[in-house]
Amino acid sequence: MAKADILGESLWDAYSNKVTTLMNNPQHQGELFQGEVEKRGNKLIVADFGAESCGDAVRLYWEIDPANDMIVNSKFKSFGCGTAIASSDVMTELCIGKTVQEAVKITNIDVELALRDTPDVPAVPPQKMHCSVMAYDVIKKAAGLYMGVDAESFETEIIVCECARVSLGTLREVIKLNDLKSVEQITDYTKAGGFCKSCIKPGGHEAREWYLVDILADTRKEMDEEKMKAAADASAAGGANFETMTLVQQIKAVDAVIDESVRQFLIMDGGNVEIIDIKSNDGYVDIYIRYLGACDGCASSATGTLYAIESTLKEKLSKNIRVLPI
Amino acid sequence: MQVYLDNNATTMCDPQVVEAMLPFFSELYGNPNSLHKFGTASHPALKKAIDQVYSAINASDKDDIVFTSCATESNNWVLKSVWIDKILNGDKNHIVTTEVEHPSILSTCKFLEEQGVKVTYLPVNDQGVVQAHTVKSFITEKTALVSVMWASNETGMINPIDEIGEICKEKGVLFHSDAVQAVGKIPVDLQATHIDFISFSAHKFHGPKGVGALYIKDSQPLTPLLHGGEHMGGRRSGTLNVPYIVGIGKAMELATTNIEATMASIRAKRDRLEDALVELSDTFVVGDRENRTPNTILISIRGVEGEGMLWDLNNGQIGASTGSACASADLEANTVMLAIGADNELAHTGIRLSLSRFTTDEEVDYTIERFKSAVARLRAISSSFALQKPTVGGEVLECDLHH
Repeated sequence: MAKADILGESLWDAYSNKVTTLMNNPQHQGELFQGEVEKRGNKLIVADFGAESCGDAVRLYWEIDPANDMIVNSKFKSFGCGTAIASSDVMTELCIGKTVQEAVKITNIDVELALRDTPDVPAVPPQKMHCSVMAYDVIKKAAGLYMGVDAESFETEIIVCECARVSLGTLREVIKLNDLKSVEQITDYTKAGGFCKSCIKPGGHEAREWYLVDILADTRKEMDEEKMKAAADASAAGGANFETMTLVQQIKAVDAVIDESVRQFLIMDGGNVEIIDIKSNDGYVDIYIRYLGACDGCASSATGTLYAIESTLKEKLSKNIRVLPI
Repeated sequence: MQVYLDNNATTMCDPQVVEAMLPFFSELYGNPNSLHKFGTASHPALKKAIDQVYSAINASDKDDIVFTSCATESNNWVLKSVWIDKILNGDKNHIVTTEVEHPSILSTCKFLEEQGVKVTYLPVNDQGVVQAHTVKSFITEKTALVSVMWASNETGMINPIDEIGEICKEKGVLFHSDAVQAVGKIPVDLQATHIDFISFSAHKFHGPKGVGALYIKDSQPLTPLLHGGEHMGGRRSGTLNVPYIVGIGKAMELATTNIEATMASIRAKRDRLEDALVELSDTFVVGDRENRTPNTILISIRGVEGEGMLWDLNNGQIGASTGSACASADLEANTVMLAIGADNELAHTGIRLSLSRFTTDEEVDYTIERFKSAVARLRAISSSFALQKPTVGGEVLECDLHH
């Protein structure tokens, strides 16, 4: 929270003048009837989306000239709040004069932009962005009815966040490229999840097929697996880089070097050493060791012996290694 | 004309209350805990306010009524301190409440659940009422507290507090009621009803915002929520909010003197309004009128979404309220509406009108007219009343979109 959140914004004050005006006086509200449309030699398409029990519902009417697929007239009916009515009105306006093929390209983003008073100020507060999504859905449905295809066929990619129209592919890519670790970061990078919030996790305004929390977890898992696979491949090819190895690979590599070049000399003096832990620390790889037997408490264990172990590991594995006895 | 019909949210502060408060800002401003005459100058007014509050709810002199900042504070205090006293430092582990409580109860209970407390949220019937036998069947040996609101802010429905009180007494379980919608609206007699704690708030009965109280039967122990300078016997520290305590006293006196007559007057206007509105087709009002606070109507209007309706009423200078998900910041459907379970539609079409003793007959007439014209306009736009059927395949068979 910060100063602006103490009182919080009034919902209605955040509506653009266009939203207010259209809510009070929608221009394309009404119906088109089968008989009169047919009399003009045109085809009527009527599509519903949503239901009263959902909280919002819209019915879209298209009068189409079959000669050129042109939408010559359009009306709507809406059960919904002010922004739903205003969105439906602008949607209808945007459809008129377009062919069905052109109209199906109208998205909720276009509807929201058309409701703005000025290009860079949103027409509605974030949680109301979702109202315009219904406009997009009902257009696809009407087009599907006219063209005799399933409405889903107009969607070429899986849209996870409908309000901001962010696809599954984009989300996975952005998470990987920027190494994103939280949903908040995803929203910062893509705007997904910043509006009605339904797509963040189950239990929101609307049930979704994909949720950001799952996509994040799956993508992170995939990234970890890719990292492991790369490390295993590199090791198999003999060109392993110590820094990109997995922890298990690092332990094995360190043990191998110690076995080969260090341990025998310590055993000769009645001592030994074991690796306790390996941690990445600000560009360094810290290897924690414990001396055993005669080495434990030996004067050179903190000086000469330690130096010998560290320089051997540096030479054989990585110059960024630091050895820390505990 | 402008009409305020959102009196369950808050009320106008009665000018007589403001008048009673005014001397305690810039004239008699001393700290009542000070020894000098500046401090003691407010004592007569404070004593009078305490008398007014005790008398308004017929509390016994053995009981404590502790002034707080609001009912949210009182509710938090009871729940958190019963947790400390009876669960953390006792052998109980369970609290019983209802699904339809105010967020200051529900959110606090969720918080206590995170701390390991078991909480039972009782359902309500189709009238929005918690039945006493339901409460009885969920009380166990481990139950520390039962908390049931006296009357609902959304529906106005009155719970069987007397019966629940007797059950709690018999079972030896502490009983708290959030009485925010009852005090000042309906008679509350704490020597006739067995109840350990009640919360209430001045701004719901024409007092100022920022002052409430917690009633504690027989001055029984309850760990304080606010520790500090031992004000009000150490039960709630913080310098006494003198003008506001004077204000709550005056407001309670005004609200409860001749309460039967006031109720009858408000009820007559409410009933007239309700009768006129249900003349509209496809409407229904939640809950039996006889068991409702006399000022409240929750009406569902088919085909008219709640926020849209509120918008049109606001354009007509009428302030009302809706539980519609669209009107909330988080788009969550109102838990009370869903708990009543009458219909999903109610969650989106419910409009609450709440009157006060200041509501006039002219305002009722004006509201009837504007309400009906708003319904007519919105139903003309509504898809629920469209005539032309969708193209085959264009129908929506069921709500598969939202929950």
